[in-house]
Amino acid sequence: MAVLSRDAVTSSASVARRRSLGSRLRGMGWKLLLYAVLIAGVMIFIAPFAWMITASVQSLEDMFSWPPSWIPVNPTFANYAQFFQQENVARWFLNSAFVAISVTALQLFFNSLAAYTFEKRRFPGREPLFLLMLGTMMIPGQVTLIPAYLILKHVPLFGGNNLLGQGGHGWLDSYWGLIAPASVSAFGIFLLRQYMKSVPNELLDAARIDGAGSFRIYWQVVLPLCMPALAAMGIFTFTYEWDDFFWPLIIISSDNLFTVQLGLATFIVKNRTIWNLVMAGSVVATLPVLIAFLLFQRHLIKGIALTGLR
Amino acid sequence: MVAAPRSKGASAARDLLRQMRKEWTAYLFLSPWFILFSVFTLFSVIFSFYLSFHEWNILEPQKPFVGLQNYIQLLHDSLFLESVGNTLYYTVLSVPLSMVLGLLIALMLNNQIRARGLFRTMYYVPVVTPLVVAAIIWKWVYNGDYGLLNYYLLKLHIIGHPIGWLSDPNLAMPSVVMVSVWKGVGFQMVVFLAGLQAIPQEFYDAAKVDGAGVFNRFRHVTIPLLAPTTFFVAVISVIGSFQVFTEIFIMTNGGPVNRTTTIVYYLYQTAFKEFDMGYASAMAYALFAIVFVFTLLQLRYFRRREVEY
Repeated sequence: MAVLSRDAVTSSASVARRRSLGSRLRGMGWKLLLYAVLIAGVMIFIAPFAWMITASVQSLEDMFSWPPSWIPVNPTFANYAQFFQQENVARWFLNSAFVAISVTALQLFFNSLAAYTFEKRRFPGREPLFLLMLGTMMIPGQVTLIPAYLILKHVPLFGGNNLLGQGGHGWLDSYWGLIAPASVSAFGIFLLRQYMKSVPNELLDAARIDGAGSFRIYWQVVLPLCMPALAAMGIFTFTYEWDDFFWPLIIISSDNLFTVQLGLATFIVKNRTIWNLVMAGSVVATLPVLIAFLLFQRHLIKGIALTGLR
Repeated sequence: MVAAPRSKGASAARDLLRQMRKEWTAYLFLSPWFILFSVFTLFSVIFSFYLSFHEWNILEPQKPFVGLQNYIQLLHDSLFLESVGNTLYYTVLSVPLSMVLGLLIALMLNNQIRARGLFRTMYYVPVVTPLVVAAIIWKWVYNGDYGLLNYYLLKLHIIGHPIGWLSDPNLAMPSVVMVSVWKGVGFQMVVFLAGLQAIPQEFYDAAKVDGAGVFNRFRHVTIPLLAPTTFFVAVISVIGSFQVFTEIFIMTNGGPVNRTTTIVYYLYQTAFKEFDMGYASAMAYALFAIVFVFTLLQLRYFRRREVEY
């Protein structure tokens, strides 16, 4: 079906003119059907999302009304205000923002520095190290999850631990535990290295002849040329960290250190009944990543298509 | 005679050292990655393997070596076996469904149509929605008493009475699958769309000259030339679906009657609720093995069907 209508449309005007009226009508029929299916699909896809927004500005009573009212009768932002008045809620957003921004900044720096070193420097051990990195990329996170937890628990001199890492909770239940293990990524290094292949070596040589050191070449020559890749990766990292649930769930236990996702998840367990507040919270928890996506869409879609980043 | 090769070896080692010292900044630049990589990947992989051979409970002072006992216990643990079955069930439902839907939407969008970008964005919105939020919204949609789904299905007379989607043992997993499909299709669509756009128009033209109809062109041009993309999407989706957790955690807590307890959910319970880290590590390795086997199978399947034009 899709292929046919594509033919009907993409063929040049002269061919279209030579076509009989019947086949053109048939092409138009296909096209109408295509739009109908696409629009119906969009409506189904967007409905739950739209419902979240509608419900977030309704009173609990209106929200429970049958039939469901898609257009709020008495729209109100009271839910949002009330949600943020709950204990620690504002703090959760700050936590998420702090963690996601820190991780993104660290990853952009560390990943690109490592990618540059792997791609543009020649040093003993380069090949085996890179192969080791590639070879371990396929290991599912669950395999390293438990050791990572135990290692964090026993970081010396943090969270009440002594020099031997005993006695306290170490980096568990702390920003350190959320940020440090996530501050560099093999996948990110790999992708940036691929991108850096397009940076001509002559440029680096010229900079070297001008007396630039290795770090300066990275900082002033290579990085500026990698901006598109860095931008896409930055958005992805931020989104991933903002959305992450599993890791905070495992290592964070104090209410005031919750991230937004963890906070929301516990909020609905504790408050099974105030769905309108939950919906307001959900909208706010979605906004930063949604806005980032809408702003940088073009960039991101290209990145997804090329690399499979999500 | 003996000294010669040794000194040769020694000078090679000296050369290597000299080179390493000359390029010391390279190691400095790699150090942030290398430190985290050695601790959280290399050491962790080995440590987790070590754990899987021990009875290792955080709360118990004794952590005895038990050999293969954890792995043997896995094979006799009916809940673990059920969780493997549930995970396979989830995968078998969600991966083909989201791939077919993703491809269908991509095929439709791969036409000269108006507002293509807008359509793409709309289908992609669920992908951008945080998983926790998606699960919360759907929990409401599925609600037995006042959920949207029941309302519209009742109104269209598809069902006669409200259904507890997440509380019915037979419907819970398919309901969770729908959420994952909703959340993931946009991603698959974008990847398929890129794959479709990479197929040169000449192939379609040539096939048309040869008299191939719509269906045959799809079958003999689109499908084979899209195979690398399909393989990529399939592998990524299968790996992801074996690790499903958040939807389950928020919507069903593994219930009703363990019908949605997946491997990772059970692993989470074992490691972080019961603190039985040895047993949970064995589970993690079992999961690794399953994912590995499935990836190899897919690789072989797609290799066999590879074509070149």
